[in-house]
Amino acid sequence: MTQTQSISFAGGFYDAPVAASHAFRAAMTAMARPGDIKVIEGAQPPKGLSVAAGSLLLTLCDPETAIFLASDVDSPELRGWLTFHTGAPFAPAEKADFAIGGWEALTPLDQFKIGTAEYPDRSATLVVEMPELSNAGPILSGPGIKETARLSLPSLTEFQGNAQLFPLGLDFFFTSGSQVAALPRSTSVMAED
Amino acid sequence: MSNYNFAYLDEQTKRMIRRAILKGLAVPGYQVPFASREMPMPYGWGTGGVQVSAATLTPEDTLKVIDQGADDTTNAVSIRKFFERTAGVETTEETEQASVIQTRHRIPEAKLREDQILVYQVPIPEPLRFLEPRETETRKMHSLEEYGLMHVKLYEDISQHGAIATSYAYPVKVEDRYVMDPSPIPKFDNPKMEMAAIQLFGAGREQRIYAVPPYTKVVSLDFEDYPFEATKAEHACDLCGAEDSYLDEVIVDDAGNRMFVCSDTDYCRSRRGAGHVGRLAQEEVA
Repeated sequence: MTQTQSISFAGGFYDAPVAASHAFRAAMTAMARPGDIKVIEGAQPPKGLSVAAGSLLLTLCDPETAIFLASDVDSPELRGWLTFHTGAPFAPAEKADFAIGGWEALTPLDQFKIGTAEYPDRSATLVVEMPELSNAGPILSGPGIKETARLSLPSLTEFQGNAQLFPLGLDFFFTSGSQVAALPRSTSVMAED
Repeated sequence: MSNYNFAYLDEQTKRMIRRAILKGLAVPGYQVPFASREMPMPYGWGTGGVQVSAATLTPEDTLKVIDQGADDTTNAVSIRKFFERTAGVETTEETEQASVIQTRHRIPEAKLREDQILVYQVPIPEPLRFLEPRETETRKMHSLEEYGLMHVKLYEDISQHGAIATSYAYPVKVEDRYVMDPSPIPKFDNPKMEMAAIQLFGAGREQRIYAVPPYTKVVSLDFEDYPFEATKAEHACDLCGAEDSYLDEVIVDDAGNRMFVCSDTDYCRSRRGAGHVGRLAQEEVA
């Protein structure tokens, strides 16, 4: 128990205002340019969560945002770490502002908030942990993309269905190691030819 | 600088603004409500833009601030000094050198790059506000994509003036969905909004943030028989001779004489530096 606690206290941002500003710039650039893969780091989360996902959560989460931990990443260590560093409450999927986990554990997507017609921003942001990220696979087009981009998405139909909901829908970050990419609801996804 | 948190705002406020920016980017043109803070400057002086810039800046950034295109007006100078002092960032007057540009009512003439961010100060973010004062109603109109009223307004312009008389804050439709107020930029600047840089909009008093990602479709509203026209004064700049830049008209004496000068001071200066000479600058030389 004592050891668990001491792990929870470590691994936060060293210089929070500066580290968070760098992490946010990476996250914002990724969200503004779907398919672009950026480096995001600064946090050292407990085992089971990538540096990118940990840095993203420390940058964006606080007592005002409810986090859903999917079964594959949920652990007392991670809960302790997130609680100490962000103060964010944990919530079931349907109430979460941020959800974190592997793709299999996060699906089905219809359990998350997609916003309302008048407030489409009141939707969940999913942080999907990936084995790796690369600019290959499905073809992306839409806002933020000059012509087309490619990103190694874990699925096709779910993202096509999500884009159909626009302006409602979910927004995704994909994390692997210290890399991050994003797929907002505004991006249309096509199978590679 | 050490007496302030980096870029003035506390971290929780920045997180709240950052979340709003991300949702704004995900739904281009949609106004995301945010808990705007009181800033050490009055409303109408760019409190929204300052909060967005504060949440966006990193210590390595080079900041440029313009007010109606000029780097040397009170508003621009004081915001630039504010961030020099609270964030310790480098500042510049050159568009080329800047990584973050905060602007009031203009888009720089120089083409912006992919690695640049343009932050707009917005007074009234709701394009339908002067047609429908109730927020509950305008929100419903956006949700139903009910923009007929805006077209009626433009039509009334034509029936009264023979042309669409709206010359600034000219409404645009973003990615075929949301009608958005581009902030009070002259309509001359509207076509530039389909750009490589990230565009962020902050309205402090009205507590709204919205965004346009790079290469997003931004169409100025018009009619087939009255197409949109990006207009400017029919003159060349009297200092640098530019015929392609947006001009300010300046009364120069009691006899009513006037001159036209580039509103973008950096553009004008760099052109003069490159040897371009306008009508009145020639007289000075002679």
